[in-house]
Amino acid sequence: MARRRYMLKDPIRERHLFQRRAILVAVLCTLALAILALRMGYLQLVYHQHYTTLSTQNRVSLQPVPPTRGLIYDRNGVVLAQNISTFSLELTLERIPDLEATLADLGALITITEDDLERFEHERRRTRRFNPVPLRFRLSEEEVALVAVNQHRLPGVEIASTLTRHYPMGELTAHTVGYVGRISEHDLRSIDTSNYAATRHIGKTGVERSHEALLHGRVGREEVETNARGRVLRVLSRNDPEPGQDLHLNIDVALQQVAHDALDGRRGALVAIEPQSGEVLALVSTPSYNPNLFVNGIPLTTFRELSDSYDQPLFNRALRGQYPPGSTTKPMLGLGGLEMNEITSMDSVVCRGWYSLPNDDHRYRDWRREGHGTIGVSRAIVESCDVFFYDLAYKLGIDKIHEYMQQFGFGQRTGLDIGGEAAGLLPSREWKRRVKREPWYPGETLITGIGQGFNLATPLQLANATATLANRGAHMRPQVVQRSINPANGEEQLSSPQLKHQIPIHEPLNWWRIDRAMVTSVHEPNGTAYGISRGLQYKMAGKTGTSQVFGLAQDEEYVEEEVAKRLRDHALFVAYAPSDDPQIAVALIVENGGGGGRTAAPVARKVIDYHLLKGQEGKDAAQ
Amino acid sequence: MLLSDASQSHGLFRRLHIDTPLLLGLMVLAGFGLVVLYSASGQDMGQIWRQVIRLGIAFTAMLVLAQLHPDTLQRWAHWIFGIGLAMLVAVLVLGVVGKGAQRWLDLGIIRFQPSELMKIAVPMMVAWYLADKTLPPRLRDLAVALLVILVPALMIAKQPDLGTAVLIVGTGFFVLLFAGLRWRWLVSAGVLAIPVGWALWTFAMHDYQRRRVLTFLNPESDPLGAGYHIIQSKIAIGSGGLYGKGWLNGTQSHLEFLPERHTDFIFSVFSEEFGFMGLLFLLAAYLFVLLRGLYIASQAQDSFTRLLAGGLTMSFFIYLVVNIGMVSGLLPVVGVPLPLLSYGGSSMVTMLAGFGILMSIHTHRKLLKS
Repeated sequence: MARRRYMLKDPIRERHLFQRRAILVAVLCTLALAILALRMGYLQLVYHQHYTTLSTQNRVSLQPVPPTRGLIYDRNGVVLAQNISTFSLELTLERIPDLEATLADLGALITITEDDLERFEHERRRTRRFNPVPLRFRLSEEEVALVAVNQHRLPGVEIASTLTRHYPMGELTAHTVGYVGRISEHDLRSIDTSNYAATRHIGKTGVERSHEALLHGRVGREEVETNARGRVLRVLSRNDPEPGQDLHLNIDVALQQVAHDALDGRRGALVAIEPQSGEVLALVSTPSYNPNLFVNGIPLTTFRELSDSYDQPLFNRALRGQYPPGSTTKPMLGLGGLEMNEITSMDSVVCRGWYSLPNDDHRYRDWRREGHGTIGVSRAIVESCDVFFYDLAYKLGIDKIHEYMQQFGFGQRTGLDIGGEAAGLLPSREWKRRVKREPWYPGETLITGIGQGFNLATPLQLANATATLANRGAHMRPQVVQRSINPANGEEQLSSPQLKHQIPIHEPLNWWRIDRAMVTSVHEPNGTAYGISRGLQYKMAGKTGTSQVFGLAQDEEYVEEEVAKRLRDHALFVAYAPSDDPQIAVALIVENGGGGGRTAAPVARKVIDYHLLKGQEGKDAAQ
Repeated sequence: MLLSDASQSHGLFRRLHIDTPLLLGLMVLAGFGLVVLYSASGQDMGQIWRQVIRLGIAFTAMLVLAQLHPDTLQRWAHWIFGIGLAMLVAVLVLGVVGKGAQRWLDLGIIRFQPSELMKIAVPMMVAWYLADKTLPPRLRDLAVALLVILVPALMIAKQPDLGTAVLIVGTGFFVLLFAGLRWRWLVSAGVLAIPVGWALWTFAMHDYQRRRVLTFLNPESDPLGAGYHIIQSKIAIGSGGLYGKGWLNGTQSHLEFLPERHTDFIFSVFSEEFGFMGLLFLLAAYLFVLLRGLYIASQAQDSFTRLLAGGLTMSFFIYLVVNIGMVSGLLPVVGVPLPLLSYGGSSMVTMLAGFGILMSIHTHRKLLKS
């Protein structure tokens, strides 16, 4: 069979057959390669632009560059908040052959706590291997040196310098300047996230929070080339960030220091305002805390200590503490009586140590059991007679009291440029019906007349009301921030004084009489604040206050030994000076401090002395 | 013309049975390969040296096979095929035992991939079988030839190595075409292929193979997974433009967006850096080698050498088309290297061994004076 088939083979024909097929295949090959070439031309020529765009999108990415946060100064240029270089220790995992060994080595050189390791482990999982992960923050110079010397045997370990917010005045400015902290989930909801793309901190309290938009600045962008795994290879172009504005405050940090020292760690608050402008010279709440603790995350135990403390150092008493103003409101009410023609300066009442409403035998007591005798409005302010003001309140009625006192800013927020202040409470018939669902009782009018009862005011409100009194009825908006300066071009933006309300002056003499009474209260022996008059080089107008504490103020835990102390009266004092040309108005409270004249007034004396005399001392020294 | 001047080769090359035009074409391509590899590997001289050593081995294999007389090959053809088949069976058995993909046979000293041997053994066996049959082949001969092609191809597909299986089937098909396969049978086979293809899809293909085909049809459907290769490759090619980004300046490859850039996707690197112009030059070099191979086949003096030479040349062609078609998104991603450019050993040795056989066929002709 095979033989026969072989016989039938025709080599010439087969050769021709093959050659025909070979030519066909050659054409096919050429055609196939031509199709491939066409395909390439389609990609490389027709769609070149499209693929170039895609290729650029692949490799080029925009990275945000954080702006430098604006600095904060006091009125004399003292730095209150700054950005300092701190050193942190960072590990780049990709370059570390043995992490365990490296951590052990580092632990032998510098202290690394369990907290540090925990945070490191947490961050490590969210970071790409070629990006550094921080292990320790705030290295001391000694630690930096120790690591640097050993760096040759610690590959992948680096010391990085970053800008960290720092408050050089520490607890002195904690309640004014506030602090920044890590951006939280909550913060993210209220900010423009693209502007904060590179920012790690945001203002949490005080000026840092209220002026966040000015202080932060605008984010910059950097065009970088990255590889497929996101590693940055080089910077292609850069759009610099706009730095935040520097802020100059009205606060005089030296005055703040005097007030802080004078309060001496007692629970209290002091606010000092320049009457003509509404500039806040000092805003102190004690005890305070170190705001620097919060910047990079406060350890939980430290936070607990602060937040659980009886003294509540985190609580800003100056803005949020609401206290019965007590007798400190008597000058304003007295003025109201005169201005509304309910009484004259000649009118007097007989004070026997108590007061009763007609047809009621309940006795409203005066603080002086034996009474003040026959007494007019001026002496009633000097000696802080309660009976006179019970009577005046009765004559005015709650509606007029409310109407007049409201003009001094009681019961409403002052509009301070730092947020978070409480509104206080100035009771009215309408308020009681709405909130308590009860009618107004005449007896309540009486205790309102001596600043007790439902009355509540913040130290800031008291200071601003006092400033209004000193300012002859010009009610200014208190302001902490004086001006902002753009560090890039020096452009300045001033916060000019803002008149909120001018109390109509019916008879200027009435204002003068109240002023006299307040001066007398400080300078004459029968005045309640006479105790601070010794050696006074200027005329100070002042009014003491003592407000009763009913039960425990907040829902604190019951500790027996503390109770007696906590039930003592709050000591208050308001003052302005010099009385003929007021430069400063002060209000302060010492919680459970007892009598206002004994406890609170000396603090105000120190503060006003410093403010009015520091220049003179300088001049004296020069002479 | 260079394509047809083999008989005028220089004395030394002639005595070494080297076909100068073919050698020249191959050397140019290998040179291209080293240049692109230097860029694709991130200027890693270590990889260049390893590739140079492989090229050395492969060219040596070519030289050795060029000395072997085609008659010897014809005598050994069925033995080589038999041994290859036996090794494929061994690999399959080991694969079953080892529970997983298995392509290698560990011979102690070297690890050998039997499918590489089959790339030459299958066309050689088909040529050997058809050599003494009347051509064009009759249906019965065709059936035997198909068995010779499909049995090893299926075994290789089972490994699973779809790329090599496709290559072997394609090479075998071209041998049959050269042998004069009747057109009406081809058309009937084409019609038959539809249900067979459906059956393959449903019963024989692995999930990952099916996924590859689907991704090929719509790469954007899975931009970070299987489609990523094709998308990035197309971006690399397309962004190259007319003149390319320049040597060592391809961002897609250097910034590591392009996967498998020094092996299967080296063509994309080349296109990105040298652009359309460079690409035309490269395709011209490939076409030259192809046409020279076909010329050698057409000059061969008997059916066996003619079919063998044609088949081997076409295996080179299939590699080329499948690879470039794959990286440019015309064909599905099957792991097939670009001949002489891709980094990697065994397939290059096989490829150049095939060209050694071509040279042998061309240089051992009995040039009879008429």
